Amino acid sequence: MAPRSSTLNQELNLEQGSILRIPEGAVLDSNDFDFEPSDDGTMIINMGPQHPSTHGVLRLMMELSGETVLRTKPVVGYLHTGMEKTAETLTYAQGSTNVTRMDYLSPLNNELAFSLTTEAILGIELPPRASWIRMLMSELNRLSSHLLWMATNGMDLGAVSMMIYGWRERELVLAFLEKVTGLRMNHNYIRPGGVAADLPDGWQKDIEDLCFAIEPRLNEYDTLLTGQPIFRERSEGIGRISAQEAIALGVTGPILRSTGVAWDLRKDMPYLFYDQVDFDVVVGSQGDVFDRYGVRLEEMRQSIRIIRQILDLMPKGDYRIQDKKVTPPPRARIDESMEALIHHFKIFTEGFKVPEGEAYVGIESPRGEIGCYLVSDGSSKPYRLHVRGPSFVNLQALPTMMRGGLIADAVAVISSVDPVMGEVDR
Amino acid sequence: MSSIENDKDNNSSFDKIDSDENILEQVSSIQKPPIEVLFPTREQYLDTIAQLHKNGYEMCIDLCVVDYLTHPGRFTPQNIAPQRFEVVVNLLSLKMHKRIRIKVQVPQDDPTIESIFTIYPGVEAMEREAYDLFGITFLNHPDMTRILMPEDWEGHPLRKDYQVGNIPVNFKEAPKTR
Repeated sequence: MAPRSSTLNQELNLEQGSILRIPEGAVLDSNDFDFEPSDDGTMIINMGPQHPSTHGVLRLMMELSGETVLRTKPVVGYLHTGMEKTAETLTYAQGSTNVTRMDYLSPLNNELAFSLTTEAILGIELPPRASWIRMLMSELNRLSSHLLWMATNGMDLGAVSMMIYGWRERELVLAFLEKVTGLRMNHNYIRPGGVAADLPDGWQKDIEDLCFAIEPRLNEYDTLLTGQPIFRERSEGIGRISAQEAIALGVTGPILRSTGVAWDLRKDMPYLFYDQVDFDVVVGSQGDVFDRYGVRLEEMRQSIRIIRQILDLMPKGDYRIQDKKVTPPPRARIDESMEALIHHFKIFTEGFKVPEGEAYVGIESPRGEIGCYLVSDGSSKPYRLHVRGPSFVNLQALPTMMRGGLIADAVAVISSVDPVMGEVDR
Repeated sequence: MSSIENDKDNNSSFDKIDSDENILEQVSSIQKPPIEVLFPTREQYLDTIAQLHKNGYEMCIDLCVVDYLTHPGRFTPQNIAPQRFEVVVNLLSLKMHKRIRIKVQVPQDDPTIESIFTIYPGVEAMEREAYDLFGITFLNHPDMTRILMPEDWEGHPLRKDYQVGNIPVNFKEAPKTR
């Protein structure tokens, strides 16, 4: 078949997803299904939804000619639990418990997007320490998410030892997150109005140890994977996507950067205090699986660089806004003051009221832009909460990446997109 | 950023849409710092989006729907009558570092709107999600089917008149009381 570059973008876009779709009923009922091979020698097979390399319950319908993938259609929705509907029944104080379960590998970034959006409508300004803590936690979360991605990517490409190493280092990060938030995952730590608790005593030492432990190991993984002939063979030139394709498809995050577009919301539209720390936006040049690996590996180093700077810059002060209408009073005050008890009671029964309005805030999660669009009707529950999941949009790039490649490379390509199905289906 | 510059050569697929150069002046808009919000009518929608794409908004970051059935009151410009559904599109310009929001009113008795798939192929999944959860049909979308809910599902769950929590679940047969 002709190389991918000979197909105009226009044709490619129109073809994607148009015809390649068999209703679920037809697939299940063998009497209705036509088993005769098609005239042009192509066949359609399903990969997933229970394939170990699909990172959850992703189903791909692939049209094959021999071993070459022609068209692909991601079929999602197996993990749909109606979280956007649930969010309409929860108060703003409860909301971050809900959104944290969407992208379960970077829960703190979900909470951050939700909290920033709520605060944008509320029009409140946080004490600086709260924002710096949020930044620290968000970068640690990026580190843990990318480490897990390194692990699973290594496993998918046959470097099984990488899997054990990746999980091991991620556990170091999660141990710190557990120390701060009380939970390894689904923290509900970043809340509208600040964070749930201050950093524990001696956190500087923990962070220093963490960076000290992980940084040299990143170099080891660099040696282990980057120079390895099998790994390069399986990743170089595989699953290419051009910058204009990526932009047209709305792809963000490491995939967009691997095509050479230096777009990082932390740098280009800074939120929190990202304009006060020094870091580089990592870009690739080819937009293939290997570049996406390189971008993520280097991003981890940049995250460590940011974390080290936060260590020096962390100010003293409150970790949440002292507005009685938004944050509950300290536990000790409840015993002393009737008013504090009332505020506490009000926040946990009714929740705080958010003025009528709407806001969209997008932040850079490890997978791309996670956006939160919130409409408030003036009550204590969101009227509508929409989350723009980066994996949901990034998955649409799969057909373009896989077109003309081998089916054996499909695993590498899926892995390089790093989809989290909890966020895709929400 | 050189690769963005030359994307003009290749995106001929929607140049056929004769977008009116002055469409943006006709569309009612409000400045809501830090963002500009446009309120085109359904007829102006496609032209507005095409013109915005030409003006440098190269990425459609988000498309979603809000059902304003039970909302007490909300702002729309004077010449735009509020309808039950509102399609909200968030565009992003990588060059200008700017976002813009487009809101289109869609009436309850005719929940259809043009698809912007030819301009931004990335909305394929988002428009399907909007169709699935709100029942708004996007005309000229290549595959207007459900994406998150099962294909034989009835109703559109995120509509405000869709009640939560009344799906019968078959648990293992409970022991009989007599």
